[in-house]
Amino acid sequence: MSILDRHDVIERNVTLLLVLSLLVVAIGGIVEIAPLFFFQNTIEKVDGMRPYTPLELAGRNIYVREGCYVCHSQMIRPFRDEVERYGHYSLAAESMYDHPFQWGSARTGPDLARVGDRYSSQWHVDHLNDPRAVVPESIMPKYAFLGQTTLDTRLIGADLSANAMVGVPYSQAMIDNAKADLFAQANPNGDPSGLESRYAKVRVEDFDGDPSRVTEMDALVAYLQVLGTMVDFSSYDESANNR
Amino acid sequence: MKNSGWILVLAVATFGALVAAGLAQDDLFRAHMFILTLTLGVGTLYLLRTGSFEPAVPVDPDAYLDGPIKVGTVLTVFWGVVGFLVGVVVALQMAYPDLNIEPWFNFGRMRPLHTSAVVFAFGGSALLTTSLYVVQRTTRARLFGGDLAWFVMWGYQLFIVMAATGYLLGISQGREYAEPEWYVDIWLTIVWVAYLVLFLGTLVKRKEPHIYVANWFYLAFIVTVAMLHVVNNLAVPVSFLGVKSYSAFSGVQDALTQWWYGHNAVGFFLTAGFLGMMYYFLPKQAGRPVYSYRLSIIHFWALIFLYIWAGPHHLYYTALPDWAQTLGMVFSIMLWMPSWGGMINGLLTLRGAWDKIRTDPIIRMMVVAVAFYGMSTFEGPVMSIRSVNALSHYTNWTIGHVHSGALGWVGMISFGAVYFLTPRLWNRERLYSLRMVNWHFWLATLGIVIYAAVMWVAGITQGLMWREYNDQGFLVYSFAEVVAAMHPYYVLRAVGGLLYLAGGIVMAVNVALTIKGHVRAERPLVPAAPQMKLAA
Repeated sequence: MSILDRHDVIERNVTLLLVLSLLVVAIGGIVEIAPLFFFQNTIEKVDGMRPYTPLELAGRNIYVREGCYVCHSQMIRPFRDEVERYGHYSLAAESMYDHPFQWGSARTGPDLARVGDRYSSQWHVDHLNDPRAVVPESIMPKYAFLGQTTLDTRLIGADLSANAMVGVPYSQAMIDNAKADLFAQANPNGDPSGLESRYAKVRVEDFDGDPSRVTEMDALVAYLQVLGTMVDFSSYDESANNR
Repeated sequence: MKNSGWILVLAVATFGALVAAGLAQDDLFRAHMFILTLTLGVGTLYLLRTGSFEPAVPVDPDAYLDGPIKVGTVLTVFWGVVGFLVGVVVALQMAYPDLNIEPWFNFGRMRPLHTSAVVFAFGGSALLTTSLYVVQRTTRARLFGGDLAWFVMWGYQLFIVMAATGYLLGISQGREYAEPEWYVDIWLTIVWVAYLVLFLGTLVKRKEPHIYVANWFYLAFIVTVAMLHVVNNLAVPVSFLGVKSYSAFSGVQDALTQWWYGHNAVGFFLTAGFLGMMYYFLPKQAGRPVYSYRLSIIHFWALIFLYIWAGPHHLYYTALPDWAQTLGMVFSIMLWMPSWGGMINGLLTLRGAWDKIRTDPIIRMMVVAVAFYGMSTFEGPVMSIRSVNALSHYTNWTIGHVHSGALGWVGMISFGAVYFLTPRLWNRERLYSLRMVNWHFWLATLGIVIYAAVMWVAGITQGLMWREYNDQGFLVYSFAEVVAAMHPYYVLRAVGGLLYLAGGIVMAVNVALTIKGHVRAERPLVPAAPQMKLAA
């Protein structure tokens, strides 16, 4: 018990207690988190991942703002029932441009990792306006105000720049054209060629069915419609990515 | 004039907030800065109204500084009731979704309000208050730094107000338990560093050669929370006059950073800090020394070393690499040992004084707190076994587990500390009513038991329904059917929460009347032992 008796030294020295505590609590995080930034195999090699379009990013910001993650996960686990219910299990690559990640921790509502292309945009609008009109058992709040709120696009270029600063590969052309691309995606009667040259497989649509303006509903539905649709699973080599 | 420096600082800050509101780049930032202007303005006016030009009474440098602790005690009770109330409201929203009022009072905004109100407002105020009390009593020194303690106490309250109003407005980083945006985070960092300086400074000028064990836990809590808060909230703001920021990390790295933070918000904020509380108030109330000094050394170092590794158990079967998941599981299970070491140390402190559980409702509260600590730190490692977690993750079982720890351990030990502190801080002979403490105890305990039991059943039902196949190999239930099956549990859970809230209100009344100096004429809880009549 002699080591424990020597603890006396630490108890009499504030600096020692402080430094030792800090060292002891720092170790676990350093060993677990730091390697994730260096190990090449942390994120699989996949085809198809691209940064969000400005409209999708604006929609994602609404998803974050409204706290959707407190009830909806975006992380499908590799279990038979989850894969059958929601689709292919989630890959690390699929959230590599997500600042912050939105994997969630509860499924009060269903997982949304692959909700994109699953329902029509009109379904999403109806559902967000009044969830129980579409799914009687639902306990989701109504989000009708989104369709009545014009999307604030003043800072969208700065949004892309900030994402570029933390590592999302937005090019200067994407940042410069952010606002034009945002409006182009919500306007099926315009010329989407610029947008389509910058973002692969982009869905151009009047998402909320209201052609007079771009609303928060447009943005959120655009984001929901792209969720889980980017990776090309026909070229994905599962066995090469065992981690 | 008294406080003239602070008045000046507050007035300038009020003006600065108004300017920021004027220059705001987005509507949310403008609204939030108006709220800040209002809050700081009220603070300025309050200090102006209470200032006097009489020469200041010289302060006895050896007397304890208890002003901020009194304020903190009242605020702890206040935020407790607010946090429980919001909890009942969100519980009812899940049972009756029409109670969502868009946009400000939708569940997605109310839920962070509930978690922050109970963890950071109620729990944080309890930790600040008790740590400042304990560090003075165990070092026999006045708090370091003059008005620093006042700054820490009110600065922390400003953080709470900004965080809470932000959630309702729709200002959120979308990181669980770390929702406040970048400028509120910076403010918390400043307050927290001041808190560290205050606590360390007081330890340095101590008049006792030894630093008492409660202070080790408080110190580890302060230092670790500083580290977690800063790293997890690294972000790039879109504009210095706007609310939005983007986190420095993304995807899988961001997920582990967040749960390294999230789990240790539990481990250090809700455990280490409250263990500091246990190590002071339990022996004091029981009138017995801590059971084992050596066990407390092992408890301390093992707990703080092991806890920090447990984060990955929130990410089993996700895209987090397997090696990290396995490390997280191993350490989560090992964590059972120091946790129970601490529980045993707390419970055995009562050796020879077990009869007090019958006679003293405050001791009873503390003992039940330690018992719930033991139960939830047993349940935690069980849930962090991967195959168990495969069932429990994403379900209400997790919610039940958190609440058995939060309501049972954190809540009960804080109530015990509040009941201990109130008569002493205001120099009252005793609490207004011990019978009300007894009522509080039973309401709270019954509330927790209902809550936890209902959520276990709900969570396991939910997990099993999601994965149930029929003999033709089809999933039996649609997701919506599982949601519908949860309804009765959500209603019952709200009942449990309501009982706990009722207990909180009883406490608030009791504490308020004690502070006002009333003493309730009541029969003692335990009748005096009957006189034995011996035959002559």
